[in-house]
Amino acid sequence: MALKDGKRVLVFIAGVIAVYALVKLLAMTGFLNPYWLRILDQALIMTIGALGLSVIFGISGQFSIGHAAFFGIGAYSAGLVTKSLGGDPFTFLLALATGAFMAGLVAFLIGLPVLRLTSDYLGIATLGFGIIVKVGFDNANKVIPEMGGATGMTGIPQVANFEWIFIFCILSIVLARNLVQSGHGRACTALREDEVAANVVGINIFRYKMLAFVFGCTLAGLAGALYAHRYPFLHPSSFDFLPSIDFLIIVVLGGMGSLTGTIVTAIGWVFLLEGLRTVLGSTFVDYRGVIYALLLIIVILVRRQGIFGNKEYGFLAPVVRRKEGRNATIES
Amino acid sequence: MLTVRNLSVYYGAIQAVQDISFEVKEGEVVTLIGANGAGKSTTLRTISSLIKPKNGEITFEDKTVTNLKPHQIVGLGLIHVPEGRKIIGNFTVRDNLKMGAFLRKDKAGIIESMEEVFARFPRLKEREKQLGGTLSGGEQQMLAIGRGLMAKPRLLLLDEPSMGLSPILTEEIFEIIRTINQKGTTILLVEQNAYMALQVAHRAYVLETGRVVMSGDSQTLRDDQRIRAAYLGEIA
Repeated sequence: MALKDGKRVLVFIAGVIAVYALVKLLAMTGFLNPYWLRILDQALIMTIGALGLSVIFGISGQFSIGHAAFFGIGAYSAGLVTKSLGGDPFTFLLALATGAFMAGLVAFLIGLPVLRLTSDYLGIATLGFGIIVKVGFDNANKVIPEMGGATGMTGIPQVANFEWIFIFCILSIVLARNLVQSGHGRACTALREDEVAANVVGINIFRYKMLAFVFGCTLAGLAGALYAHRYPFLHPSSFDFLPSIDFLIIVVLGGMGSLTGTIVTAIGWVFLLEGLRTVLGSTFVDYRGVIYALLLIIVILVRRQGIFGNKEYGFLAPVVRRKEGRNATIES
Repeated sequence: MLTVRNLSVYYGAIQAVQDISFEVKEGEVVTLIGANGAGKSTTLRTISSLIKPKNGEITFEDKTVTNLKPHQIVGLGLIHVPEGRKIIGNFTVRDNLKMGAFLRKDKAGIIESMEEVFARFPRLKEREKQLGGTLSGGEQQMLAIGRGLMAKPRLLLLDEPSMGLSPILTEEIFEIIRTINQKGTTILLVEQNAYMALQVAHRAYVLETGRVVMSGDSQTLRDDQRIRAAYLGEIA
């Protein structure tokens, strides 16, 4: 590819190494205590899941309100693998793959009937699906005792350290970025903008909706799988309606169609909530819904397009296509 | 080239197109004219499979296309330039055009087509990097037609290309349609502007409330008293 792109990739790699070194340094000097390191891990996990919804909703315009359910499917199925087979690195990777795959598979099966309809129906279907999944987790112990049911699942080896989570977060960013900038990603954006336009240029709408949905839910599953190995207690309420709204808020707040916005907002969101928890103490839980609503209202009033609009920055910004010579364009 | 036989289309319980039949031969410009709600756009949308007919058969180059998906229709070279342009406002002019070549794999050919479109529409070339949404109505129509041309159409379906354009721009667009046809692309044109449509088309079908009420070559229809009264604004 073009020189400019190569340079940006180098800058990105340098940035990744710098961030890693900085976190390690802050951890060693004790500036970031284990509590906040844990929150950082959570922020990165959230980023992976939110990138998934960003591709589904932000990039492709498919409204999904059940994202946490796919996160949960990834968490529980990955947890089952390591809980039964042990926590060595190989099994851990197998568990991550299982979690991601299961979420993607379920997304595919739901997508088959629903994605033929307009985006609103997907919203309703995923909302309903989210509730079903929650009920399923609540009662899962009747079929698989290891899953714990309504009392939650414990005993999953806690082997996901910062390194693993960081690597998979970067991997997800690269994957999402490559998808969005490919011809496939452009097709997804086109169908978000106008389905008739997409149809008349020959885009197979159903296939691209499916691609985005399965890809996004797979990322949610991967995020869930990491979560299961970082937080020793899985509870069905962590994967129901409210956490799904978390993902939605992140994507809308960050800016529909901006991966940069999703990443920054996901990390900021987790730290904001933790900060509020520290400041407000136990009242935080009571006021959480109010804070969500207020934030959304403010954003809709002040900056409807989200913090980043649909702009991308740095490594995530579209590539200048040198192949087209002096006619090169920067895609926005 | 294109044959429509006994086509009926419903929106729910309402019949928009009633048992219409017509054909388009290779090299022709054929127009469907008629008032609002006559079923013209519905017919085009059915041909490109954006809606499914209740009855009837559509064949394109002796192949039944009635049950194909929209992207498969595009793959056959049957390209729809929809009503209201439907360009992508957030994409640059260039990217909108590139989108038109979505199913093509021949990179050199795509670049060549792009040059041809820019040669035909110099104004699009000037606005190449501008977002589609910032173009004027006439420019957007040019972009929509240009995007259609990017797919290398065998048959171009044009839906109300004059909609919302000034008389001068309308003339310009119709001149472009004529030259596209002269370069070998067959065209099926849907228009409310019967006067202009009959100028550029070889043959025409007149639609009224979902039926073909009259057809013939454009010259004959232009001279027909009823047409003059109903569509060309003359007092009978």
